[in-house]
Amino acid sequence: MNEESKYIDKIKKFVKDQTLVFILIGLCIIVYSFEPLFLTPRNLINVLIQISINALIATGMTFVIISGGIDLSVGSVAALCGIVVTAVILPYANISAAMAVLVIIALSIVVGLLIGGLNGFAISRLRVPAFVATLATMNIARGFAYVYTQSRSIYGLPDTFAWIGQGYLGFIPVIVIIVVLVLLTAHIILSQTVFGRHVYAVGSNEDVAKLCGINVANIKLKVYIISGTLSAFAGACLASRLITGQPTAATGYELNAIAAVALGVGGMDGGKGGIGKTIQGILIIGVINNGLNLMRISSYWQIIAMGVIILVALIIGQFKKED
Amino acid sequence: MKNTPIIELRGIKKAFPGVQALDGVSMSFFSGEIHSLIGENGAGKSTMIKIIGGVYHRDNGQILVNGEEQEIEDVTHAQNIGISVIHQELSLIPDLTVMENLCLGIEPRRGKTALINKQTMLKRSLEIMEPLGLKINPREFIRDLKTADRQMVEIARAVSRNASLVIMDEPTSSLSSREVATLFEIIKKLKKNNVGVIYVSHILSEVLSLSDKITVLRDGSLIRTIDASEADETMLVKSMVGREIKDYFNKKEKKIGEIVLEVKNITREPRFSNVSFDLRKGEILGISGLVGAGRTEIIRAIFGADKLDSGEVFLNGEKVEIRSSREAIELGMGLVPEDRKLEGLMLEASVNNNVSLPSLKIRQKHGFLDHKWEFSACNEFIKKLKIATPSRSTLAKSLSGGNQQKIVVAKWFAANSNILLLDEPTRGIDVNAKSEMYALMNDYAKSGGSIIMVSSELPEILGMADRIVVIRQGQVSGVLDRENATEENIMTLASTIKNEKREVTL
Repeated sequence: MNEESKYIDKIKKFVKDQTLVFILIGLCIIVYSFEPLFLTPRNLINVLIQISINALIATGMTFVIISGGIDLSVGSVAALCGIVVTAVILPYANISAAMAVLVIIALSIVVGLLIGGLNGFAISRLRVPAFVATLATMNIARGFAYVYTQSRSIYGLPDTFAWIGQGYLGFIPVIVIIVVLVLLTAHIILSQTVFGRHVYAVGSNEDVAKLCGINVANIKLKVYIISGTLSAFAGACLASRLITGQPTAATGYELNAIAAVALGVGGMDGGKGGIGKTIQGILIIGVINNGLNLMRISSYWQIIAMGVIILVALIIGQFKKED
Repeated sequence: MKNTPIIELRGIKKAFPGVQALDGVSMSFFSGEIHSLIGENGAGKSTMIKIIGGVYHRDNGQILVNGEEQEIEDVTHAQNIGISVIHQELSLIPDLTVMENLCLGIEPRRGKTALINKQTMLKRSLEIMEPLGLKINPREFIRDLKTADRQMVEIARAVSRNASLVIMDEPTSSLSSREVATLFEIIKKLKKNNVGVIYVSHILSEVLSLSDKITVLRDGSLIRTIDASEADETMLVKSMVGREIKDYFNKKEKKIGEIVLEVKNITREPRFSNVSFDLRKGEILGISGLVGAGRTEIIRAIFGADKLDSGEVFLNGEKVEIRSSREAIELGMGLVPEDRKLEGLMLEASVNNNVSLPSLKIRQKHGFLDHKWEFSACNEFIKKLKIATPSRSTLAKSLSGGNQQKIVVAKWFAANSNILLLDEPTRGIDVNAKSEMYALMNDYAKSGGSIIMVSSELPEILGMADRIVVIRQGQVSGVLDRENATEENIMTLASTIKNEKREVTL
């Protein structure tokens, strides 16, 4: 009997640890039963493209949330960077694809450093609560995007600009390759480097981290710069995919990213989670949205779905905590 | 009157995965009786309290409330039948005033409106506090009160809600001697008012002087229940651990070498000023004094956690500026803070990640973690410090207090620290773990490490320290060597009022 209960305990633990994987599989089955087109290679690649922008932003958000913070500015930063990149590239009709990629990366870093740095500075040195600081920069960044464009979109960009967002290498979209590389790098940083471990420590218990000689302010600053840079880059990729710079782009994306991370970790407590968990969160959200699309359900429902996802994530987290 | 117990437990069993926390325990609690519960960590005391308080449900056995079998369903239900638990973590709201906390949930209204009648509230609060002899301003905010006063308010609230059984879990662990005396007064008043008290403590002398009855638990079983008048310390310790602990402090002969750390006139206003002392190689230097005298602040400042206003610090004869904990760690220091849950441990992280944390930067390989070192260091110190953990990856929060404290110490062993600053190193850990902690400290000193130990427990200071620095109101009031160190001498130096002696000590 003891043997048996041990066995059951093991299964229970496995199910508990891998809840999300089961949810994901369940969702896929449900969507597939409604719409068999779901499991075609074409649609699956479509799903990957759809989740790519959120994946980039959520990767940065993972760092922030593990460190015990939150970054509400990501969507606005993405929009601002989309505007900046398209505005810079617009006059150069003959720019090569490689050059366009370089410009995108360089400008993403600039925008990320500026706004992420501002967030990090306010939070780590001036001790402004992360929620408030990033709420402020969220408005500032979005405001600049509107002011610069006079709330008009930027059109007429060279086709070469679209390579990063629309191009393919073989049958795989460039953006998907980029996302995989970013996720991999982030995973290595979080799980294999001293910096990564320090991010967890700061999120677990700031006082402990400080007394163990960790420069907490410095870690926080870096985390917001990472988040800023990745969301700026995501914004540029989005502009490239749409071949347009739109000041309204990426509205509400902060919620998607937070939902992905919170769903993965089962909460926003800090010190927990990782890229693996975030990927599960991103995929679940992606499958739900894709499923709703395939079933021709209005995109407004997707907003409601997102809210429900966050709620469910927190409830799951609560159950895990109580165990 | 004493015939029917308020609560009677019959053959209570409770198991958690892997442990039988309670194994058929029967006991009764009567009104007007102070009943102490003692035992090592993991003996089942907290499980017992939680079952009575409605937090856990028993697996087996009967609970009788005033003679009738009843199920205690949850915390609210427990409160409704008159059971009130005063937790170590206080349950008052810091941003409300004393009277608002006392009347929380039963605020007096102005007529039938939703408006609160502050006058009535004030009057009611005074009525609650007066019989207990509490002289606290009801308009003061909880966050501005000292820990002891908060505890008093919490007790007052419990009693005012018609508690017939008050359960106190380690209530004196953060109190000074004077505050302990006040608390005992209140407990005695509760007894006079026919309230039953369950008192849980590690400090045996307190238990002996306060209780009517004492129950010893070990490994989930009831070892014995005796009248306090028939008990003594040796006998209690023996029943708690199942054997006699010989030579508790285990002090060994060792060589004390040259000065390794010297502080001169260090000052951080308003907490302490002009503090000077030195620490030698292989020495255990005790820092004694009343709670709030500035002891914690002094070692935190030496460690670079707080800034010094002025003064000098010398390490091996060389002047050093320690501006952050990072620098202190690089100079070979380690701090074991007073509150391990708040400042010592990442509770939600693994044993492994806790132990290696301060060393990661020094052991890094181009920014990457040195997994090999981490693996071997953690295993080494888990073994060396006898940390009872299923594995390196077990979460710190699931270990007992004693083992948690060992993890905090292991951090600094792993970081090769040669000066340890220990703040209340044995607070809230059981007799066995204490004795192990003392052995660790002695071995560490014998092998050439130096220790500064802040402690409120006089026997601990007397038993462990080679020299004792006594702090009074932020200043050094005296340094005692082993020959002159007695409780009387320390207390005379520590207190402003002469002859104020801590009434109860281990």
